Amino acid sequence: MGMTLTEKILANHSDSSSVEPGESVWVDVDVLMTHDVCGPPSIGIFQKQFGEDARVWDKEKLVIIPDHYIFTEDKYANRNVDILRAFAADQDLPYFYDVGSDDYKGVCHIALPEEGFTRPGEVLFGTDSHTCTAGAFGQFATGIGNTDAAFIMGTGKLWVKVPETMRFDFEGTSMPPYLMAKDLILQIIGDIGVDGATYRTMEFGGPGISAMTMEDRMTLTNMVIEAGGKNGVVEPDAKTEAYVRERTDKDFEPVYSDADATYHSRYSYNLEDMVPMVAKPHSPDNKATALELEGTKLDRAYIGSCTGGKLSDFEAAAEIIAGNELKLDTYIVPATTEIADKLETHTLNGKPLIQIFRDAGCHIGQASCAACLGGPSDTFGRLNNAEVCISTTNRNYPGRMGSKQAQVYLASPYTVAASAVTGKITDPRVFIQETVI
Amino acid sequence: MSNEQQIEGKAFVLGKNIDTDQIIPAEHLVYSLDDPEERKFYGRYALSGVPDAESGLPEGNTPLVEEDKFESEYSIIVGGPNFGCGSSREHAPASLDIAGIQAIIAPTFARIFYRNSVDGGFVVPYESLEDLSSKVSTGDTLRIDPQNRSVHNITQDETYEIRPLGSVADIVQAGGIFEFARKEGMIPCQ
Repeated sequence: MGMTLTEKILANHSDSSSVEPGESVWVDVDVLMTHDVCGPPSIGIFQKQFGEDARVWDKEKLVIIPDHYIFTEDKYANRNVDILRAFAADQDLPYFYDVGSDDYKGVCHIALPEEGFTRPGEVLFGTDSHTCTAGAFGQFATGIGNTDAAFIMGTGKLWVKVPETMRFDFEGTSMPPYLMAKDLILQIIGDIGVDGATYRTMEFGGPGISAMTMEDRMTLTNMVIEAGGKNGVVEPDAKTEAYVRERTDKDFEPVYSDADATYHSRYSYNLEDMVPMVAKPHSPDNKATALELEGTKLDRAYIGSCTGGKLSDFEAAAEIIAGNELKLDTYIVPATTEIADKLETHTLNGKPLIQIFRDAGCHIGQASCAACLGGPSDTFGRLNNAEVCISTTNRNYPGRMGSKQAQVYLASPYTVAASAVTGKITDPRVFIQETVI
Repeated sequence: MSNEQQIEGKAFVLGKNIDTDQIIPAEHLVYSLDDPEERKFYGRYALSGVPDAESGLPEGNTPLVEEDKFESEYSIIVGGPNFGCGSSREHAPASLDIAGIQAIIAPTFARIFYRNSVDGGFVVPYESLEDLSSKVSTGDTLRIDPQNRSVHNITQDETYEIRPLGSVADIVQAGGIFEFARKEGMIPCQ
């Protein structure tokens, strides 16, 4: 019996030569990632359970990336980073991306691929639900809690229930110019619901996905958790290998789903038929088309996060914002310092992207998670009142970006930028149509 | 298979898709779980992100933990489908535990929340066969009887079915993944 990519990775990392959905297996962990929110309690449990002087199972495999509550005066948040700093020094960890140092990166889910930790065929656990982003590289990657992280720190292993796999195929050979991966995943989450993939893998494939960049693929896998998915995967191809090879010398072994693998269900989407999508407050599956919501009044636009703060997200936003005056308070937060640097060097019609945003009056933040998840009250871009915001982030639960009174619409960088220009929800085809026809 | 304990207490009822930001808003995740004084704040703010009208159904406007208190008078949460969706923050089941919650009954749970509840030994997540959030009222006294896979609503004299814990029962009974692993000889006893 054939196996899916996910089943194959779990089998390769366990005592079994083959696994089936529903069974629990203990797997060897290739990479454990933690950050400033969940790192300190994970370290606390590790030290309590394995002893104050215990060493982590393999310091080459533990990656610590502070990113959530970084640029804040909050003393408790700052203490969290101090705890990571002390632990990394004590354990002599080679992969600690300290705040305030040249190593500081920003959002962990984008920093991991940039630093070469998202390798096909491997197992990555992280103390953050969006760890599933790394599935874009054909890696088994999923979020865990502090106790599980502490267990891995001591043993290098964790039990996993093998998930069933749902397959999503994209037909079409290229992305229409007004469409982004964010539209595709909002459509899918809207179709299957916020618990539509609970306990399952979401595997993306088809000719459409071959046409997508690694950044597009990361946007898809990032949000599988918003459908309850355990992990999301894309089969590795030449693009994957090229991206990873550029960033690591470490050996890895890509695996692929067998032709006779068993799937829980199959879905097919034609890129040509898809349109810009929006998730209305207060759930990522509360779908509507941007066109249906046109004219909805807004107070703020936000472009950032692990889902919507990559270079291609800002390139898209700049296409629409360039030369326009903005009617909304617009916040720009690059996911990582590497992306922030590229905003300075990458140009559109000869102008650096960062200059386009500055000229339009955008507020520009430092690389970090910032207001994606609220955070301390002084967090950059946080919604502290009953504002209505359109955002490229991945969650719009009540209070997610700060105030319980706020309302958040989720959309692609194109749609957010188009809305920032008009002050109301706007289908980006208004701005991009001429390139389509 | 199971010798899990019966749990009896007052129910606190919530709707569907209760996410981890509602269970413990991200701004409160800065307190130390190891410091006894700071730890109490996780109890105080447990479920503080739930919109007021949906907190303590059917009437709503009922906080899990009264203002200025750190523990709740309720010990069992009854929720709708997809309980615990969202973040991987283990602070979510921990905060419910710190507030005094022993068990959650919901038709379905989000995967990471379920796993954190079990592996950390915080609260026992029981899956109900039907959505009980419209049958049970906040304040009803419930008795969970895992042996008989049932929940008795003592206030309304009704009985509902729950699923067995299945493969995680051993971890629940051990009190968490570390206790389980020591029992199994995977890691040395302290």
